Amino acid sequence: MTTTTLIVPPRGRSRYAAHPRARRDTRSAWLFIAPFGVFYLAFLLGPTIYMFVMSFFNTSTVRTGLGSFAGFANYAEMLTRSDFWSSLWHTLQFTIYTTPPLVIIAFVFAVLTNRMRHAQWFYRLAFFLPFILPSATISLIWVFIFTPSTGLWALAQEALGMTPGSGVLSSPNTAMIGIAIATLWWTLGFNYVLYLAGLQEIPRDLYEAAAVDGATPWQQIWSITVPMLSRTTTLVLLLQIIASLKIFDQVYLMTGGGPGISTQVSLQLITGTAFTDNRVGAASAASVLLFIVIIVIAVVRQIADRAAARKEF
Amino acid sequence: MTTVTERRRTSSPISSAAPPRRPHRPVDSRTFNIVALIVLIVFAVIWLIPSLFALKTSLTDNGVAATGATAILKNWNLTLYSYSTLLGQSDIWNWYTASAITSVITAVLTVLFASMAAFALSRLRFRGSNLVLLLIILGIMIPTQVLIVPIFQLLNWMNLLNTYWSVIFPQVPAVIAVFIFKQFFDGIPRELEEAARIDGASQWRIYWSVIMPLSRPVIAAVTILTFVGVWNNLLLPLFVLSNPDLMTIPVGLATVQGSFGQRYADIQAGAILAALPLVILYLIFQRQIVEGVTGSGLKG
Repeated sequence: MTTTTLIVPPRGRSRYAAHPRARRDTRSAWLFIAPFGVFYLAFLLGPTIYMFVMSFFNTSTVRTGLGSFAGFANYAEMLTRSDFWSSLWHTLQFTIYTTPPLVIIAFVFAVLTNRMRHAQWFYRLAFFLPFILPSATISLIWVFIFTPSTGLWALAQEALGMTPGSGVLSSPNTAMIGIAIATLWWTLGFNYVLYLAGLQEIPRDLYEAAAVDGATPWQQIWSITVPMLSRTTTLVLLLQIIASLKIFDQVYLMTGGGPGISTQVSLQLITGTAFTDNRVGAASAASVLLFIVIIVIAVVRQIADRAAARKEF
Repeated sequence: MTTVTERRRTSSPISSAAPPRRPHRPVDSRTFNIVALIVLIVFAVIWLIPSLFALKTSLTDNGVAATGATAILKNWNLTLYSYSTLLGQSDIWNWYTASAITSVITAVLTVLFASMAAFALSRLRFRGSNLVLLLIILGIMIPTQVLIVPIFQLLNWMNLLNTYWSVIFPQVPAVIAVFIFKQFFDGIPRELEEAARIDGASQWRIYWSVIMPLSRPVIAAVTILTFVGVWNNLLLPLFVLSNPDLMTIPVGLATVQGSFGQRYADIQAGAILAALPLVILYLIFQRQIVEGVTGSGLKG
C-alpha cells in the first residue's frame, strides 16, 4: 500500500509543514498511532490482503509458502460446489429468520419499557443479561431445553396441546429455527439497548404536545416514535444483518452443521475446508466470497442511508 | 456516551418539574399502559426462564435431571454436587486462568493503544490524518471472523499457535474502540490542554495526565466490553489453541457436552460457571456496559 510513502516526514511547502507546531505534532501523532497501527496492519489489513492473495493459489497447511498459482480455479470450484451454495443459503436463511424479529421485538420491548415509570432495571436485566453470556453457555442451555420428548420445550408444547416431535434440532426442517430461537433470546438485548438509547433522544414535549392534541398512544408511536427512531433502525438493521451473516458459534455448538449438512453455514464450510481438508487457498476463496457479500450489504445500506438523509433535508 | 449521561441529567429536572397529572390525557392511555405493563412483564419472565431453568437444573441431582424437565421442575432437593465436582477438577481452573489472562491482557493493550491512536486523531493536526481515518473506517467494515484462515496462517508462521498471544494479538486492533475514544476525546474542551501546553507539557504528558484522567467512564466501558468480548470468543481460540491446558472457557465447554454424556446437571453447572464472572461483572458495571454498547452502536 501507500503507507510507506506517507510515513516519510512532510517536505517542501506543505500546508502543515509551514507551521512549526504542526511539524512537531506530525511526528508525535505517528508515534501515538504506531502501536495500534502495527496491530492493525498485522492482524486486520494484512490478513485481509493475504486472504485475497491466497485465494488465487493452491495454498495448503501441510506445505510452506503459497503453493502453485491457481488463478480463478478456487473461485470456480467454490461457485460450482453445491455445499458452498447450500452453506451460503443456510447463512442467508439464518439471517432472514433472525433479523426481522430481532429488530421488531427489540423496538416493541424498548418502546414499552420507556413508558414504564417503575422498575426499568428489571426489564433491562431480563432482556439484556443473556447478551453477555458466552455462546457456549447459551448453546448448552438451549440444546438442553430442546432435548427430544423430555426437554422443557417439549413440556411447553404439551402444555399448549401440541404433540412434541422428534426434537427441534434433530430434524433438518426445524434445526435452523431452533438455532434462530436461541439466538433471538441471546442477542435481543443488544438491539433493545440501542433502541432505549435512541428513545431518550426524543424530546418529551413532542409527546406532551401530541397528548394535549388528543393523540392516542398508538398515534403517538406511529407518528412520533417510529419516524424519530428511523436512524437507529437503519443502524440496528445493518449491524444485525452483518452479525447474522457471520454466524458460526451457535451452529457449531448446537448442531455441528447437522443433521447432515442441513445447518452448515459459510464460516463452518470455510474453517472445515481450511483446517480439516487443509486447503487454505480454497478456503480463502470462500472467505473472499463471504467477505464480498457482507461488504456489498454494508455499502448498499450506506448508499440507501445517504439517499434517505438527502430526502430529509 | 457523554451525551447520554448529560441528557439523563438534564431530562430528570424537566420531568420532575412537569405537573404530576397532565390535564388532557386521552382516556385510553391508562388502558394502554396497563396492557403494556402486562405484555412487558410476561415477556421479561419468558426471557428469564431459560437462565433460571439452567440454574435449577445445575442444582438438581444428575439422576433426577436425566429423567426430564418435569422432574427437574418438581424436585426441590437442591444440591451443590455438580458445582463441587466441576470446581474440584483442574480442567475448569485451567480454563478460567486462560480466559482471565487473555481477557485482561487484551483489554489493557486495546485500551492503551486505541486511546493513544484516538488522542492523535482527536487532538493533533497532522499530515495523513485523513488517510488514517479512512483506514479505520475501512477496518470497521472488515468482518474479522472471515479472516480466521489468514490469521491462523500468520500465527503459525510467527510460531505463536498454542500460546496465549495467539488469542490476544488478533483481538487487539478493535477499530471500534478507537472510534469510541475519539468520540469522547472530541468532547473534551481544548482550554484544558492549552493551559498544560503553555506550561510546556509534552504531548505524551497531555495524553497521560490531562486527557486520560478525564476519560474514566469511557476507559471503563471499553475495558469491560473488550473483556467480555475476549472471554466469550469461541472461533479464534477454538482453532489456535489445541493444547487442553491452554483452552479458554468457551473452547473447554465445547468439549464438555460430548464427554459428560447424560450428566445434565453437570453440563448446566458448567454453562453457569462459564458465565458467572461476566454476570458478576454485569451486575457491578451495568451502566458502563450498557453505555459502552450504545456508544459503540451509535458510531457504527
